[in-house]
Amino acid sequence: MSLWHRLYHGKTIPVLAVVLSLVVIWYAGAVYLNKDTLISNYERNNVTWYTGKLIDDAWSMERPILPAPHQIAVEINKTVFQKKITSKRSLVYHAWITTSATLLGFAMGGVLGILLAVGIVHVRTLDRSLMPWVIASQTIPILAIAPMIIVVLGNMGITGLLPKSIISMYLCFFPITIGMVKGLRSPDVLQLDLMRTYSASTSQIFWKLRVPASIPFLFASLKVAVAISLVGAIVGELPTGAVAGIGARLLSGSYYGQTIQIWSALIVASVLGMLLVYAAGVIEKLVMTRMGYRI
Amino acid sequence: MDRPLLAFLVLTLLALFLPIGSVGEGDLYWANSMGALIPALISALIAIFQLIRKGSGPVPAILVTIGVLVGANAPLTLIAADSSHSFGALGLWLYVIGLGFFAWRAMEMMSAIKGGRIISLVVPALFGMWLLYLWQVITTGFQIPSVLLPSPSLIWAAILGNGDILAGDFYQTFVKSVLSGFAMGCGSGFLVAILVDKVPFMQRGLLPLGSLVSAIPIVGIAPIMVMWFGFDWQSKAAVIVVMTFFPMLVNTLAGLDATSHLEKDLMRSYAASYFQTLLFVRLPNALPFIFNALKINSTLALIGAIVAEFFGTPIVGMGFRISTEVGRMNVDIVWATIAIAAVAGSAFYGILALVERTLTFWHPSYRSARG
Repeated sequence: MSLWHRLYHGKTIPVLAVVLSLVVIWYAGAVYLNKDTLISNYERNNVTWYTGKLIDDAWSMERPILPAPHQIAVEINKTVFQKKITSKRSLVYHAWITTSATLLGFAMGGVLGILLAVGIVHVRTLDRSLMPWVIASQTIPILAIAPMIIVVLGNMGITGLLPKSIISMYLCFFPITIGMVKGLRSPDVLQLDLMRTYSASTSQIFWKLRVPASIPFLFASLKVAVAISLVGAIVGELPTGAVAGIGARLLSGSYYGQTIQIWSALIVASVLGMLLVYAAGVIEKLVMTRMGYRI
Repeated sequence: MDRPLLAFLVLTLLALFLPIGSVGEGDLYWANSMGALIPALISALIAIFQLIRKGSGPVPAILVTIGVLVGANAPLTLIAADSSHSFGALGLWLYVIGLGFFAWRAMEMMSAIKGGRIISLVVPALFGMWLLYLWQVITTGFQIPSVLLPSPSLIWAAILGNGDILAGDFYQTFVKSVLSGFAMGCGSGFLVAILVDKVPFMQRGLLPLGSLVSAIPIVGIAPIMVMWFGFDWQSKAAVIVVMTFFPMLVNTLAGLDATSHLEKDLMRSYAASYFQTLLFVRLPNALPFIFNALKINSTLALIGAIVAEFFGTPIVGMGFRISTEVGRMNVDIVWATIAIAAVAGSAFYGILALVERTLTFWHPSYRSARG
């Protein structure tokens, strides 16, 4: 009784209920969306059909408008676990290409974001002149530039990871800058005054007070940034014309009407995003416990 | 000692003796081009004046800014003449670097002024102008091929020259796709949040999923939506609806949660109904959160529309224009489209921020700003 009570009033049962109803809606939606194609098929071929057969066929079409979840599961099983990971048909291979671009862009964006934040916190002119542009830069639909960056860098002989990573970098430096500016400014006047009574230099204040104080803010923004970085890498793969990567799988799937392929790429991308955010969370926990924060 | 100004003067003095370009075999010097020498000298004089007077406050700041603006004309007139100015034109580039120090000093003096809103706009405007100016001078001075990076003046010419095409793209992408998708996505997110808020069970089930969704690259559904809803604006709006729904849902729920027990108890003692409490207390309290979501969604919406257009559109639209003109190497039109997207995105965000300011004037973050 008390276990049920805990599950019901905790998160487990509500989340399960929502997920379950989503799956039910999905299956129903698959029948609803696929039925028109199927029925016109039956009529053309003079096949007698009944509801059970229709539902059966709707969940096992080759190119459905909406594939059923188990079809996607089968496809993911086939492309993730059954293929060798070096094969071009393996989703692990494509996911790795996207992940490497994501991580490189994330690293570059992290360095850029932290440097900008350090500058903004220490130089007042930069705070007044650069900060508004950092914010404005995000109102620009930067992904519009993605094909530009890819093509221009391609002309200069730079292809592969770097152009995609630059797009990721542009997308993910922003939350890091904003979070770090907040974090580096989070020590209050009392603490700063204490450092001053120790006659600490600016760099000592920075390393011994500002940086430790900013770590929680840094990780909060890193978790946001790594998710956006993945979006950047995927979109960066679109204009290259479907060579490799999750974005390429999406594009080639849409060219050839392979809906199951699109959905499985999408699911893998989602899992990847969650894993990246989760990994950032794990690192956060490790660092914070070592620094003596109580979580 | 005023180091930036000194650096500007020393670099300018050096530059005066060095070539500023070449025509055929012969080198070009400042004396050959009075139109460039005079603004350079005027700005140097202003720098010397400031160095001696050491003034601070609004008037010297404006004077120094004028000095920078006048001095910036010199390289522009030089490069406009038909001559070459790459690495050989040492004098020119030293002068431009010096001008950078001068502009930095102007921004420093401007940001030291204790002013209100105007100063907080002038300093970033100066910074942006300086970046545009560098872009212009470097692309034209080094004659960078416009396929790689067109100069701002070329982009401006492309905007003026292709007005009707760009207006058509803007109408298709922004007015038809973005605005309708944004309204539908935010509206449905808001309504669902209010419904879910009444059922704590649903709230506990949806919130963890909502935060999971933020880790998912939702733009990826673009190809699916294009398949379902066709090439026209409906598919783009659908992508935007899915992208904007969850931020709105999560933020509105958090906002509805922001009302304290004290306020709710007060409403109960007034015998207020659920809807009265919602309308007069909880929704106003939730406004900062709702506007936060609206602002996040405004950028997401533009991104969603443009990316969805990469997967197929009728032959109009900003994403379509960008991907086709890149292929044709008409890079100036691409940049013109990007510039329009940037202005539209910033304006959209700015309008939302303005509405937020008027509706949530009571919020502490604005109260302190006025104080």
